[in-house]
Amino acid sequence: MKELSVSNLLGIKYLTTEDLHLIFETADQFKEIINRPIKKVPSLRDITIANLFFENSTRTRLSFELAEKRLSADIINFSASSSSVTKGETLVDTVNNILAMKVDMVVMRHPNPGAGVFLSKHIGASIINAGDGAHEHPTQALLDVYSIREKYGDVKGKKIVIIGDIMHSRVALSNIFALKKLGAKVKVCGPNSLIPKHIESLGVEVEYNLAAALEWCEIANMLRVQHERMEHSYFPSTREYVQQYGVNKALLDTLSKPITIMHPGPINRGVEITSDVADSEHSIILNQVENGVAIRMAVMYLLASKIKQYEN
Amino acid sequence: MSQKLLLSGKEINIILQRLACQLVENHKDFQNSALIGIQPRGSFLAQRLYHILDKDYGLNALKFGKLDITFYRDDFRRGDKMLKANETEIDFIVENKNVVLIDDVLFTGRSIRSALTALQSFGRPSKIELLTLIDRRFSRHLPIQPDYNGRKVDAINDEHVKVCWKENDGEDAIYLMNN
Repeated sequence: MKELSVSNLLGIKYLTTEDLHLIFETADQFKEIINRPIKKVPSLRDITIANLFFENSTRTRLSFELAEKRLSADIINFSASSSSVTKGETLVDTVNNILAMKVDMVVMRHPNPGAGVFLSKHIGASIINAGDGAHEHPTQALLDVYSIREKYGDVKGKKIVIIGDIMHSRVALSNIFALKKLGAKVKVCGPNSLIPKHIESLGVEVEYNLAAALEWCEIANMLRVQHERMEHSYFPSTREYVQQYGVNKALLDTLSKPITIMHPGPINRGVEITSDVADSEHSIILNQVENGVAIRMAVMYLLASKIKQYEN
Repeated sequence: MSQKLLLSGKEINIILQRLACQLVENHKDFQNSALIGIQPRGSFLAQRLYHILDKDYGLNALKFGKLDITFYRDDFRRGDKMLKANETEIDFIVENKNVVLIDDVLFTGRSIRSALTALQSFGRPSKIELLTLIDRRFSRHLPIQPDYNGRKVDAINDEHVKVCWKENDGEDAIYLMNN
């Protein structure tokens, strides 16, 4: 059987189509396991994983932690706010100090784009990017695409629109890479000010009219409005954003067919999406959360298989 | 590489009939029993026995499952080959059941150890038995023995036993392969 072509998961950009299929097929088995009475397997019981979160996160950190525990790995957690980073320690020094404690794998979230790539050039441990600034969030994209695959059987040829703050979204970029690699048709939709220039070069179309985008697609992936990443004002007011790019039930009812609703969370209820849409039968938001654990288990299992026993 | 035929399709069939008969002797109507094949190759054997028990003995409510042991193996990260996981299909409760674990070849016993651990994730069976088609009796690493066995084979270390099934390999046959 083929193994992953990479030793680190830094971004979807670096994965092959075969890698994506291998991750999904492995996640299928883990999904069955996490629905058993005992949800734990002993595969990674000799692996130590450090979760380094230089930026706040709740759901991603919990999902990784649960995945690690279900694989029987030993874990240590680190958050920048309570560490020597605040005393001026460099990223490489921080990580090397943690690795000196015989850590095999690092799951890192960092506010700076490229932090994972930088680290991979300086340390030998396997790195999983859990979000680097506005760059990539590969495991989120994997679980998003896996959820589409689960619902539709195949991603190829599916029409997906990514709606909202494309500019600041690492989820959007990773999703575009993953969906395009698997042959999906992708559009992005949002205010002009939040659509990056030259986004078409990634093979996606831009649609500024929300109703037209929704009518075209089979799946709508709503993105959170990331107020914390906006140094400038990108749209006049939240109220105006809601009027133009907020998805509500009345809007969905005007479409000729029902569409599947996705959201990476956390949801700003009433902003990018209303509660009746988020909680509707067409929403697969909670499936995404469940699939996140299976996908992260698959990624860590496949990367761990490349860390040979006797190299430790 | 040379190969020697150990059992033909006809001989395999006789052994399968005998194993099915032994299972019925011990488990009667299989009310509280279940067959679980170890993926991937043990499932073929389990499926064959399931059909004999269903057709010849009318045990059509027999519980049958497939168990994948990949994530429970003790050689993860030790070999050069990536371990491919297979499907697990156990759609009944194993708690308090008499489970017959089924595999084609019993060699070191490590797969069976993994299967015992994996099975515990589904509950606590009241009894677990082991059925194998071929027992390579002098090759054990662990103290594991079958309760039902097709044929004992003495093979040296650079030999291996290959079990072929019609549905997967085009013929029913068992070969002793010399590497």
